[in-house]
Amino acid sequence: MSTPPPTSTGFASRPLHAPLLARPCTAALMIADEAGASALLALAEATPELMPRTTVLLADAGVMNAALRARAPARLVETPLAGLEPALDALLAEARMGLQVHVAGSEGLIGRAVARLLAAGLPLGAIQSEHRGSPARRMQCVHCKTIAEDITTDPYTCPGCGRALYVREHFSRRLGAFQGVCIDAETPGEVPEPVEIQS
Amino acid sequence: MQSLKLTRKEPLSPRITRFRFEHPEGAPLPIFAGGAHVMVQMQDGAVLRRNAYSLISDPADRSGYEIAVQREDQGRGGSRWMHEQAQPGMVMTIGAPVNLFALNLTAKRHLLIAGGVGITPFLAQVRDLGRIGAPYELHHAIRSAAEAVPLPDGARLHVSDQGSRMDLDAILSGQPLGTHLYVCGSDRMIRAVLDAARGLGWPADALHSEEFLAPAPGEPFAVHCARSHKTLTVGAHQSLLEALEAAGIDAPWLCRGGACGQCETDVIACDGTIDHHDHWLDPDEQAHKIMPCVSRFRGQLLTIDR
Ligand code: FES
Repeated sequence: MSTPPPTSTGFASRPLHAPLLARPCTAALMIADEAGASALLALAEATPELMPRTTVLLADAGVMNAALRARAPARLVETPLAGLEPALDALLAEARMGLQVHVAGSEGLIGRAVARLLAAGLPLGAIQSEHRGSPARRMQCVHCKTIAEDITTDPYTCPGCGRALYVREHFSRRLGAFQGVCIDAETPGEVPEPVEIQS
Repeated sequence: MQSLKLTRKEPLSPRITRFRFEHPEGAPLPIFAGGAHVMVQMQDGAVLRRNAYSLISDPADRSGYEIAVQREDQGRGGSRWMHEQAQPGMVMTIGAPVNLFALNLTAKRHLLIAGGVGITPFLAQVRDLGRIGAPYELHHAIRSAAEAVPLPDGARLHVSDQGSRMDLDAILSGQPLGTHLYVCGSDRMIRAVLDAARGLGWPADALHSEEFLAPAPGEPFAVHCARSHKTLTVGAHQSLLEALEAAGIDAPWLCRGGACGQCETDVIACDGTIDHHDHWLDPDEQAHKIMPCVSRFRGQLLTIDR
C-alpha cells in the first residue's frame, strides 16, 4: 500500500508550489478549474500589475469566471475541461519565451496542463502549480497504459485491464499522471480494502 | 592527454589565430560534441602552462582539432606563447575533449549569443545543429571591426563602435516557446545577457553560459598542504593549482577555469581572506572550500586538505 504523498513542495517530481507567486515575465498564463480559480484570484489580488500581461484559461470554472474577469486580465478564455488541450495549444502557438505559467486546480488539470506545456517546449522552470480541490488523481496503469481520470481510491481497478492497482508516488510529467501498479502480483486475489486518497 | 602535431596556424583577425592539430600518423581523433574544449599544454621555459580552448572545427571531422586563440598581452603568457612560439610541425600535448557547454537537444530552437572570442564554442555547435536540422540563431557582438572573424552563413554581426550594438531585449523577446539560450563571452557580457533574460521571464533551465576564467594574478601567498606536509608559496602569476603541481602534489582538475568543480578542495584553516574567482562554490561553501584553479588567498596562512 502506498502512503499518502507529502504535501505540496515535498514532491520532487511534480512542479508544485503554494502559494503561486508572480515572477518577472513578459507575459503570464494562468490556468485553473473551478477549485483552482481561487488560487488565481489570490495571485491577482497580490499582484494586480501582472493582470494586463496575463491570459487566463478557465476550464469548467463555472461561477468563478466572472470573478476572474473582474480582475481585468488582458484576455480570458473559457473552455470545457474536455477541451483543455486544444484551447491550451492555441494559446501556446502564439507564445514566446518570457512566458510564466501558473496552474491551479485538481491533480488531473495540473497533470494535463503541465504535460502539454512541456510538450510545447516550455521549460519546467517557467511553470508553477498549486493543488486545490479534490485529491482525485490522474493515473496510468503501468501494465496496459490506460489512463484513468479522477481516481479517488487506493487501490483502484484499472478500466483497461481490470487489474487492482495501487497508487504509486511516482509521477510522470510527460503524461501528467501517477503510476498505478498491480497490487496482488505476488499474492493473486489478495487485494486490500480501498481507502480514500487523502491529498 | 595525447601528442598531436600542429599542422596549420593562420590568422582569423588581428588578435585571433586559428591552430589545427592532427594525429602525427594521421589516425582519426576521438569524436566530440560542439561546445567541448581541450586543454593545451605549453612548455614556456621552466613554466608548464595549461590553457583550455574551445574546439571550433566540425565535430564530425575526425582528421583534426582546431582551436582559435586570442592574444592577451595582459594575460599570463599562454596565448602569447601560442602566437609567438607555437609553429607548424611541433608536436604538442593536447587533452581529450571535455564538454561543459553542451547543447540541450530537447530544445525546439537554439539562440546562441557570443561576445568577442566567445564565438569559439558556437563555431562547432552550429555544425552539429546544421547536421540535425535544428533551428538556431547566432549573434556575434564585438566592439570593433578588428575583432571580426569569419562567421557561418546566417550569423548576425553586431559591432558596437559602428552603432550596430546588439538589441538584447528585441532578440530575447521574439523567441518561440522551447528556445534555449546559450551565451559565451566575458563575465560582464554573460551577466548582462542572463540578467536581461531572467528579467524578461526566461526560466533558469533554458539558460546556459560558459566563461573561461584565466587564473587572475595577485600577490604571492603561502599555503600549507596538510596531507602532504608541505608549505608552498604561490607566485604572483601562478595559480594555486599550478603551485601544487609544481610541488609534485596530486591535485585533480578538468577545466582549470573555475567551472567544472573537479578541483574542489577543503580548507582546514584560513587566517585571512580567500578571493573566490570560480563559478562553482555556493556562498555557504566558500567559508570552507577553495577552487585552486582560479582562486587565491590574502593573509597569514591558508591550510588545505592536499
Ligand atoms: S578545475 Fe574545473 S573548477 Fe577547477
